[in-house]
Amino acid sequence: MSEMLAPRDVLGEILVELGEQYSSLVLLDADFNTASKITPFIKRFPERFVQIGIAEQNMMGVAAGLSTTGLLPYACTVAAFCSRRACDQVMVSIALSNFNVKILGIYPGLFVGLNGSSHQALEDIGIMRSISNMIVMQPADAWETKEILRYSAMHFGPMYIRIGRDPVPRFVPEGYKFQLGKSLTLREGNDATLICYGDLVGDTLEAATLLNSKGIQARVINMSSIKPIDEEAIIKAARETGKIVTVDNHNIYGGVGSAVCEVVSENYPVKVKRVGVKDVFGKSGSNEAMKEKFRLRSVDIAWEAEEILKK
Amino acid sequence: MDSETRIKKLEEIAHQLRVQVVKIMGRFGSGHIGGSLSIIEILSVLYFNEMKYDPGNTLWEDRDRFILSKGHGCFTQYAVLAKLGILSEETLKHPYEVDSPMQGHPEYGTCPGVEVSTGALGQGLSVGVGMAIGGRIKNKVFRVYVVLGDGELNEGQVWEALMLASAYKLDNLVAIVDKNRFSLTDSTEAVLPSDPIDKKFEAFGWYVININGHSVKEIYDALKTARTIKGKPTAIIAQTVKGKGISFLADKAISHSTSLSRAEAETALLELGCSKEEIIEALKK
Repeated sequence: MSEMLAPRDVLGEILVELGEQYSSLVLLDADFNTASKITPFIKRFPERFVQIGIAEQNMMGVAAGLSTTGLLPYACTVAAFCSRRACDQVMVSIALSNFNVKILGIYPGLFVGLNGSSHQALEDIGIMRSISNMIVMQPADAWETKEILRYSAMHFGPMYIRIGRDPVPRFVPEGYKFQLGKSLTLREGNDATLICYGDLVGDTLEAATLLNSKGIQARVINMSSIKPIDEEAIIKAARETGKIVTVDNHNIYGGVGSAVCEVVSENYPVKVKRVGVKDVFGKSGSNEAMKEKFRLRSVDIAWEAEEILKK
Repeated sequence: MDSETRIKKLEEIAHQLRVQVVKIMGRFGSGHIGGSLSIIEILSVLYFNEMKYDPGNTLWEDRDRFILSKGHGCFTQYAVLAKLGILSEETLKHPYEVDSPMQGHPEYGTCPGVEVSTGALGQGLSVGVGMAIGGRIKNKVFRVYVVLGDGELNEGQVWEALMLASAYKLDNLVAIVDKNRFSLTDSTEAVLPSDPIDKKFEAFGWYVININGHSVKEIYDALKTARTIKGKPTAIIAQTVKGKGISFLADKAISHSTSLSRAEAETALLELGCSKEEIIEALKK
């Protein structure tokens, strides 16, 4: 097994790297830095760190104000709270003015330690995706996290980046460069396409292996650029494979599955099955327990692919 | 210019702005008139005396910043921007239109001179705090002025921002509360009492000055005092009258957002001392 690393584990390191490169970079925290693991930046650049306290709405406004002075603010806290809690501030104070604010949502989806439903962001992609000017991404692993963070500092405009909590292996190849609006095909295949991102990329690849043992060749696409989404790759998958399964660590309403359906139905209608949380709230439990309860395991993904292939 | 002459001049400017705001709304037929008229003197002193500001370069890095957190009062800001030559007189004739810089609430990027989009109440002070912290990080000496409504203080985010501003000892930040005592539906006392605002701000670590928000001299002096306060932000609690200057609108919740018939607009402009000819010219569609 290759080295396992959580996306949040590299946040401190990459923010220090960017902090050295960009003297304008400032980091905002809402009392979450030990969990978001951004303390290396705080130690290295204390004068460019702003502790907001437990006040995410205020954090978004302060980030907006900082950006107007030519600074490059990164607002970093729990995904549920920087999306649901501060939704209107993100829209009115940041996105409406197209301010150069980066929002890092830690603990996205169901995997929030044992914190349960109040802390699970199953709505954040839907919220952020429907705000104009906002770019939405989730890296698949720690290596892509660094690439996406490097990209974020160069791109002018508001951006929401989901950062996973727990260790996953490396999926992106050596020398990988992130491109906005471009996906990464992790496995070729022409019988069906599995579109995934973030924490469930590993399970989706496993599902493709299971399908392979049954003679089904599934394409696997890592859709880390959620908005703008890679329409070209989706249409190509629809045309070449005819069936699509999407895998969301999010409510099936508003997530990547919804985004894929939008592209497919307008351009090349084929059957799409959305694996994800089916409009229910989450629960406390281990990631494995979550995957089992909400049918997000590799076997569940493979089963859905087989079902859709029968239709 | 001595301060007495300066104050006289600012009073004249305030009067001209009040007339202009009534003309714009009278011509259009409606608007957030009450809360626009209560901040006339405050904006007059800020823009025409207090702030370091270059109308020829609204993005000048060292400019003082102004945020109208109570964004619904924006017609007064638009009138100011027109007086500064940033908006044209012609623009003032086309408010609320799709391509107009004069949107229903201020929009950054749409209206030159607007520093940040506001309108959703409670958000402007947080942005002001960010600007003030940003100025400090960048070793700039600009100052930040945020105008809030008293109804707006119902929003919890304001208190988050108040707490943070004093924690960061932002003496480059001034919040001015337009205490016109009414919000949309009723008096602030009836909707949600917020008094004593001054004591609450003090408890949050701010230096507080209570003034009459229609006295140019008191605004002038308070802003001067604010410059001398070190180590904490300053709040100016300005007692104002919603719909100030128009007898049938003054001190009434209905003036928050109201239609203005042609006859009412004429009466209002007559009360402000406009001539019949001026009124006919101003209300031409």
